[in-house]
Amino acid sequence: MHELAICRQMLKQVTQIAAANDALSVASISVRIGPLSGVESHLLKQAFPFAASGSVAEKAQLLIESMPVRVRCGQCGSETDARTNDLSCANCGDYHTQLLSGDELLLIGLELSRKNQETTHV
Amino acid sequence: MCDTCGCNVTEANRHLLDAGGKFHRTTAGHEAISVLQDLLSENDHIAAHNRSHFDKHDVLAINLMSSPGSGKTALLEATLDALAGRFRVAVIEGDLETENDAERIRQKGITAIQISTGNACHLDAHMVHDALHQLSLDDLDIVFIENVGNLVCPASFDLGQHLNVTLLSVTEGDDKPSKYPVMFRAADLMLLTKTDLLEVLDDFVPAQAENNLRRLASNATVLQLSARTQCGIQKWVEWLQQQQQQHRERTRQGQTRRPAIQVDGARMHAERQTR
Repeated sequence: MHELAICRQMLKQVTQIAAANDALSVASISVRIGPLSGVESHLLKQAFPFAASGSVAEKAQLLIESMPVRVRCGQCGSETDARTNDLSCANCGDYHTQLLSGDELLLIGLELSRKNQETTHV
Repeated sequence: MCDTCGCNVTEANRHLLDAGGKFHRTTAGHEAISVLQDLLSENDHIAAHNRSHFDKHDVLAINLMSSPGSGKTALLEATLDALAGRFRVAVIEGDLETENDAERIRQKGITAIQISTGNACHLDAHMVHDALHQLSLDDLDIVFIENVGNLVCPASFDLGQHLNVTLLSVTEGDDKPSKYPVMFRAADLMLLTKTDLLEVLDDFVPAQAENNLRRLASNATVLQLSARTQCGIQKWVEWLQQQQQQHRERTRQGQTRRPAIQVDGARMHAERQTR
């Protein structure tokens, strides 16, 4: 259950960014998560209201983009889908692969309600 | 990674910061901001600080991870005996409760700092940072960090260590790397422990455990040992000596090393997907 700890860290970043941009509140938080990051999306969603309570992001929507597990083979060069516990190449079976996607744990963007919207770049 | 120095700005995401890129008004009248930073960037910041602290003092930091009861403390006890007179060692112990493990280490005459995590199921970079304040790094060559016994959460938190060692005791089942891929992918070394029990277990095949590790696209070294019979300790000590030597050479050249799998990978993917 480290999702609550991760949620709190995320909210620290969100709060800093909101303050730096003179935001009144945060409308949405977009994150990108792959299964190999070790973070469960549904647990992050459950933890979010507890972590966000009383913060500038209290009413924010948490938007989670789940990423597929993809690998590139060092032997045959194929780019294929893989499973979290089998990252070998689906084409030739070699395990010398590089992960292309699947271990993301990224804050992608925020939607903010700002104090002086008319003065910002659109 | 940080907004202060702008080091999270790459060729791939620079356009987000250009005029019209970073801000655009959404249909609901809000403003969208692109961020693109690791969710754990605050932890990673402290971890990087810890690592440079270790590097400055020429200390190699090794994070030991495993399920509870796989023999981390027994491994440390046997290792401390084997390293006595060769390296100056200290241990940071992570547990939810008690100082039992730290006491076992202290009985060897070795400094042990106990971190009691309370309800937290993992160590994080902050906790290790606080523990480092209690250690005199000038007088040390290697710091072992014994993480909380847990095959899930500790894998997600960089502590500032240089190497991850993941223990798998032969009483656990050789399919553990398949069941806990995030943890075993993070291993620089997989250490099969309690191997003296192999003769009475017919369901643990070391080659199968290694095979399951390889399927995670891992090139990690695999060693076997029994802390009780000392069988295999020599090879583990040789590996430690080799790592310590390589670390010395790295720090001499002003370089450092991060464990096998860390968030660099995630960042690379983000850049790729933004193109």
